[in-house]
Amino acid sequence: MIRIDHGRIIDPANNIDRVGSVYIADDKIISVIEEPDNFKPHTVINASGQIICPGFIDLSTRLRDMGHSRKATFKSEVLAAAAAGVTTLCLQPDTVPVVDTPAVAELVKELAEKAGYPQIYAIGALTQKLDGTELSSMLSLKQAGCVAVGNANQPIKNLLILRRAMEYAASHDLLLMFRANDVWLGNNGCAHEGVFATRYGLPSIPEAAETIALAQCLELAELTGCRVHFGQLSCKRSVIKIHQAKKYGLMVSADVAIHQLHLTENDIAPFDSAYHVLPPLRTEADKQYLRQGLADGTLNSICSDHQPHDLDAKLGAFPETEPGMSALETLLPLMLKLVKQHAITLEQGIACLSTNPARVLRLNSGALTPGFPADVCIFDPELDWQVNSQNWKSQGVNTPFWGQTLKGRVTHTLQAGKVIYQL
Amino acid sequence: MLEIPELLNNLEAELKQLIDQRQLLNPLMLGIRTGGVWIAEQMHTRLAISEPLGLLDISFYRDDFSQIGVNPKVKPSHLPAHIEGRDIILIDDVFYTGRTIRAALNEIFDYGRPNQVILGVLIERDGRQIPLNPDCVGARIILNTGQRIKLTGPEPLTIHLETLAKEA
Amino acid sequence: MTNNLQLNAEGKLKHFLSIEGLSKSLLIEILDTAESFASMSEQQVKKVPLLRGKTIVNLFFENSTRTRTTFELAATRLSADVINMNIATSATSKGESLLDTIRNLEAMFVDMFVVRHALSGAAHFIAQQTAPHISVINAGDGQHAHPTQAMLDMFTIRQLKPDFSSLRVAIIGDILHSRVARSEIQALNTLGAAEVRVIAPKTLLPAHVESLGVSVSHNLTAGLKDIDVVMMLRLQKERMSSALLPSESEYFKCFGLTEEKLKIAKPDAIVMHPGPINRGVEIDSKVANGPQSVILKQVSNGIAVRMAIMAMAMQTAPGKSPVTGAVQ
Repeated sequence: MIRIDHGRIIDPANNIDRVGSVYIADDKIISVIEEPDNFKPHTVINASGQIICPGFIDLSTRLRDMGHSRKATFKSEVLAAAAAGVTTLCLQPDTVPVVDTPAVAELVKELAEKAGYPQIYAIGALTQKLDGTELSSMLSLKQAGCVAVGNANQPIKNLLILRRAMEYAASHDLLLMFRANDVWLGNNGCAHEGVFATRYGLPSIPEAAETIALAQCLELAELTGCRVHFGQLSCKRSVIKIHQAKKYGLMVSADVAIHQLHLTENDIAPFDSAYHVLPPLRTEADKQYLRQGLADGTLNSICSDHQPHDLDAKLGAFPETEPGMSALETLLPLMLKLVKQHAITLEQGIACLSTNPARVLRLNSGALTPGFPADVCIFDPELDWQVNSQNWKSQGVNTPFWGQTLKGRVTHTLQAGKVIYQL
Repeated sequence: MLEIPELLNNLEAELKQLIDQRQLLNPLMLGIRTGGVWIAEQMHTRLAISEPLGLLDISFYRDDFSQIGVNPKVKPSHLPAHIEGRDIILIDDVFYTGRTIRAALNEIFDYGRPNQVILGVLIERDGRQIPLNPDCVGARIILNTGQRIKLTGPEPLTIHLETLAKEA
Repeated sequence: MTNNLQLNAEGKLKHFLSIEGLSKSLLIEILDTAESFASMSEQQVKKVPLLRGKTIVNLFFENSTRTRTTFELAATRLSADVINMNIATSATSKGESLLDTIRNLEAMFVDMFVVRHALSGAAHFIAQQTAPHISVINAGDGQHAHPTQAMLDMFTIRQLKPDFSSLRVAIIGDILHSRVARSEIQALNTLGAAEVRVIAPKTLLPAHVESLGVSVSHNLTAGLKDIDVVMMLRLQKERMSSALLPSESEYFKCFGLTEEKLKIAKPDAIVMHPGPINRGVEIDSKVANGPQSVILKQVSNGIAVRMAIMAMAMQTAPGKSPVTGAVQ
């Protein structure tokens, strides 16, 4: 039994924001604020001056390991996740081998258990080998524990195949996690089609590569009745399209990667590969719209889009470097920065990292509801820390925030009642 | 103490003597930019040398390039077509470390192999860093540490001693 | 970021990667220095010992005999030792091998890399990664920059039209894929040209091209009015196959420079081309060989300008404080 004392409890799902204690027995939350009878904690965590909230749920993560262990391993990355207050991870299916059979899904579970971090959920591949042509055995994947299906960043060969995949997913009530990107319009670009790419002569990706793919998928969602979650949106017109679709009653949701809410093409230091991400960093107007979309609920979740890389992957001429940031550990401080800049409220920020992604995945977590798994994050919102090798847990150091001092740090993380991280 | 006309007279006299002594019939005179050219123009007239005066810009041949860099607006050297086998009178204003003359000789030898080279300078001062010596001089002087000679010109040609502020 | 990398602590040229971030006075210093070397090339002896004992590596990840030759000639005239490395054919163009190549050459006590690479930012990357005593000259990276070409063009323009502030320059053709165009635009704007106009179909213009400081025209006839300098760009054949243009003949009809069209520009306008020329595609042979063409002048100026840039980038030896050497 664990008691977390005197923290400011913020639990958006239950509309709680007050100072008090949280009571945990075994792997469950048993009470919030009210002390249960005969509660004899073996551990008491003093959380005074800190915030107690549901553990974070990250909708898009890459832990490498399988096939890419020189970049990172489950072992290194679950430490990073724990230090970030993240208690549930969704693993993109583009591992080696691809998560397109129950055996690989089982392997993911096994590796997660072995790493001491069981709450890693694989997103099953929508198509075999993610090659965009043949449907995967989605039902078997679901039975093997996949919370959703998706095709990671790989294209679906044509709209007919996408339509059928969506119909099939809908038949089994599977959520499609979709990254909207038309590869033809994207034309192997590495930067936003804007002032920056024009000045530095970088192959570029227009917004239309995202918005057209998004619009097509929305039409098919209407046609097929498939539940769709759009991941890592990057531009203004995508937000508008999601807003309209929701208004007309489509069962869709969407998230944004945390870096898109802070960085734009103007922030890119010329040819610095730490800023090479896909979708690319776009304009100030896009960033403002994404923030607005979070504030009004059009976008309901924030993900880390964590992509750790080895050093070599980021050493080279900008277009040939691999895209992605190592982003778990900067997730909380960057969310708090949004609050500080009045883009969203603290309650919204926490909901976007816990309650809302739980709803997207239909998980019984993301809230401090008695009976729910005791996934808890305790953080000090005022604690400054520097992004450096002493503090950093991820094996990937590919972050443009390296060396910066950020505000807000997790002090304790509990996963199913087990303390998996303590500062 | 250093009077230009007197220095010029001395140099002219020494050059004349050496030309006679070596029996140079058709010598070629070269002045080193910038100060050397001013002196060479005077000598060229006084000694009534028939061939036009050659101009030498040694900027590209300096040995301190890596420290001081290229000077934009280096003017081209104007040397007559044939250096090969000629008797050359090389003129500079002040002879100090010897490095300028080293650079000038290198440049001359890049154009061909002269029969001989005579060096005439207006002033020879102490401070040699290379084993070279002038053949004809207007004056020989020894300076105190921190002193240097500065020639301005071409009209009027003046000379004065400067004392450099001691380096901290 | 860019300018810090290119300049040393004293603000002198260390690497030459891009025109961006370089001041007008530095560009003029390059042009003035090039003037000295240009006069030299008319002399009997075309060689000076400025870079004697230095080793320069032409590191060409992309084939270009012409550019490589002018750099080689420039280096040789400065008395440097030159090694040519053509890595264009190697299949692996991953970061690892690029960096490994650099490390290997560094170990051979090289003083300068002249880099040509198919990817934008490659020269910056090498300049960032290489040992501090090595200078890097960008001989063209992807679609980003070709700053020595821009400087030799500025040099050629200045010889004929010394006042940049009254110049109207048209750049015609494939701006989108052209590193030459990007560098020309930056150089002309830094030197204070009155107008830089780009003329091309929309498919060959990058997004927000005006942000580069240019005016835009999609029509050659209208665009050539009042122009003092006509800069043609080379049209790569593969642009037809990637659906950017319908055909060479239609391109020539719309954007090919003919004697007729050249008459629309100012009567004393000059015609430039970075080469190699596609006769009958972007320019009519009669114009390329005509009295207003300065194309061959560009080629010969290339050597002096590259000598100037190489000499300037190598001028400060590390760890040595400047000595007042020549005071007498």
